[in-house]
Amino acid sequence: MTHHLLSGPEHDPARDAGHENAPPRVGFFTDTSVCIGCKACEVACKEWNAIPEDGMAFTGMSYDNTQGLGASTWRHVAFVEQSVPTGGGRTRLPLVSGGGTGGGEVRWLMSSDVCKHCTHAACLDVCPTGSLFRTEFGTVVVQDDICNGCGYCVPACPYGVIEQRPSDGRAFKCTMCYDRLGAGLEPACAKACPTESIQFGELDELRERAALRVDQLHKEGVTDARLYGHDPQDGVGGDGAFFLLLDEPEVYGLPPAPVVTTRDLPVMWRHAATAALSLMGGFALSFALSALPARTGRTRTGRRGRA
Amino acid sequence: MKRRTDDVTAAAGGTSGRTPNARRRGRNGEEPMVPRATFDSYYGRPVIKAPGWSARDIAGYFFLGGLAGAGSVLAAGAHLTGRTATATVMKLSSLAAITLSAAALVNDLGRPGRFANMLRVVKPTSPMSVGSWLLSAYGPCAGAAALCAATGRLPRAGVAATGAAAVLGPAVAAYTAVLAADTAVPAWHGVHRELPYVFVASATAAASGMALVLAPSCESGPARCAAVLAAAGEISTMSAAERRLGMVAETYREGRAGRLLRAARVLTVAGAAGAALYGRRSRTVAVGSGVMLLAGSACTRFGVFAAGVASAEDPAYTVRPQRAAKDREGLRGAAGCA
Ligand code: SF4
Repeated sequence: MTHHLLSGPEHDPARDAGHENAPPRVGFFTDTSVCIGCKACEVACKEWNAIPEDGMAFTGMSYDNTQGLGASTWRHVAFVEQSVPTGGGRTRLPLVSGGGTGGGEVRWLMSSDVCKHCTHAACLDVCPTGSLFRTEFGTVVVQDDICNGCGYCVPACPYGVIEQRPSDGRAFKCTMCYDRLGAGLEPACAKACPTESIQFGELDELRERAALRVDQLHKEGVTDARLYGHDPQDGVGGDGAFFLLLDEPEVYGLPPAPVVTTRDLPVMWRHAATAALSLMGGFALSFALSALPARTGRTRTGRRGRA
Repeated sequence: MKRRTDDVTAAAGGTSGRTPNARRRGRNGEEPMVPRATFDSYYGRPVIKAPGWSARDIAGYFFLGGLAGAGSVLAAGAHLTGRTATATVMKLSSLAAITLSAAALVNDLGRPGRFANMLRVVKPTSPMSVGSWLLSAYGPCAGAAALCAATGRLPRAGVAATGAAAVLGPAVAAYTAVLAADTAVPAWHGVHRELPYVFVASATAAASGMALVLAPSCESGPARCAAVLAAAGEISTMSAAERRLGMVAETYREGRAGRLLRAARVLTVAGAAGAALYGRRSRTVAVGSGVMLLAGSACTRFGVFAAGVASAEDPAYTVRPQRAAKDREGLRGAAGCA
């Protein structure tokens, strides 16, 4: 694995982005084991950031009619209903009579998703206008007065977070309440969360707290508890917003091993350069071959000056 | 959400099973209470967001940019070897193509009025920023080369512009592959090594096709030769790309992308063969072959674009390769510990 500023561990992204005297990097630790699915975070986020309504639908996806993160949804509470075998130290819910199959039980997993504020953020890397930038807090924010709606950040994000708002054309996503942070407040979602499932704070401290929480859950027999996005060695250099999950990430709609594709940019440019040269070479060869004496005897009417 | 969850399960379960563990509860015949795909994905919803780009604008831009860039190289070669008619028409073709492609790019912006923000910063980590600067250097060169050739004025400036356009042209043709590949889209990023070669081969096919259509047959030797090289290059690089992709290669074979790419293969090979065998003798065949090469190149770009969108819309193509990579890493890690 190559190590450069495009990928790998990176202790202080704010300073790397040119913020001198940056405050400590902040982030979210979302502990889904205590999420009760109340959606207070979704509502608080919409309210504080004045995000427009983006459609109402009954999806049939458990209690989730929000469906996913997008231009006008910056916090999204996922509801996973699972049929699980009895036992195994899981949270057990009594079944409605006749609802069970094969002796299994149903459990709900709830998780409040958000922009990960990646250490190596693909959206920021590929933004051609500089609209996406790294704040002094180490978070990733779109400047909506600069964004020209090129849409490149949308497929670049390995988590499917950022999106263009159709009515507007520009890209939007979670700012980790940049305005509130500047005023010394915590983000609206964390403030509203009644169970402290969403914890806001200095990232280093959150990581320590999360490690303790996982240990505690493991001791209590919840062996499926695992952290997601906490590891600075992962494909995006660790997330500024990381999670404690109770199942595989893909169950919650999260990618199991996301990478910042800019990691491969040096390789891509090298291949593009070679390809560009081979294009030239191909034409050079074509001209050279047709400069060979034509065997059929038909000549090119004497126009050719130099061979 | 158009895709139903059981489609996803079918897509994920029906493939060759390259993922080492055909894991997950709920696969083994018990009546699932919730959609089975829940175990592989969140209600079959995509993990990443597909680009919001319109195929006409962006795949069209890939095609036109390639046509322009490769055309400038062909024009310079023709200029250098005294094939004046070919040089002039190819310079005009490149100018027209790059103008149209710039228009397509601006049109695709969410805020077209702010297109100038593209040149607000120079950002090597953004292929789109690099491309914008490249286009703003290449465009004027292609324009000057075309105007000098068409009017016969300022021949020296014309030579300089022709040379500069020929140097920048291949970069214009190749960088769009990096633009597509530097995304989380599985069918694009998975082939980040091969895609530049596919794109330059496709660009070469388009430019030689244009030369066959527009230029006199007596000058079209190099274009016919380039068409054959391009067809061979495109077929071999495309199959290398599909081999690299593993299960994600399905997106290049199925649906809209599959149809477009099959058409591209037929058109490109037929165009190159027609040009090579009869392109010199028959003007009609030359024009027909040229049209097929152009159409083949367009189909390649629209096909690759469609494959990318399809791979982004189905969570299986994001989850399964990542899961496989993670499991491999896990095995390596375990071996290291033991
Ligand atoms: S999760 Fe996506 S939108 Fe958020 S910082 Fe990372 S790349 Fe950008």
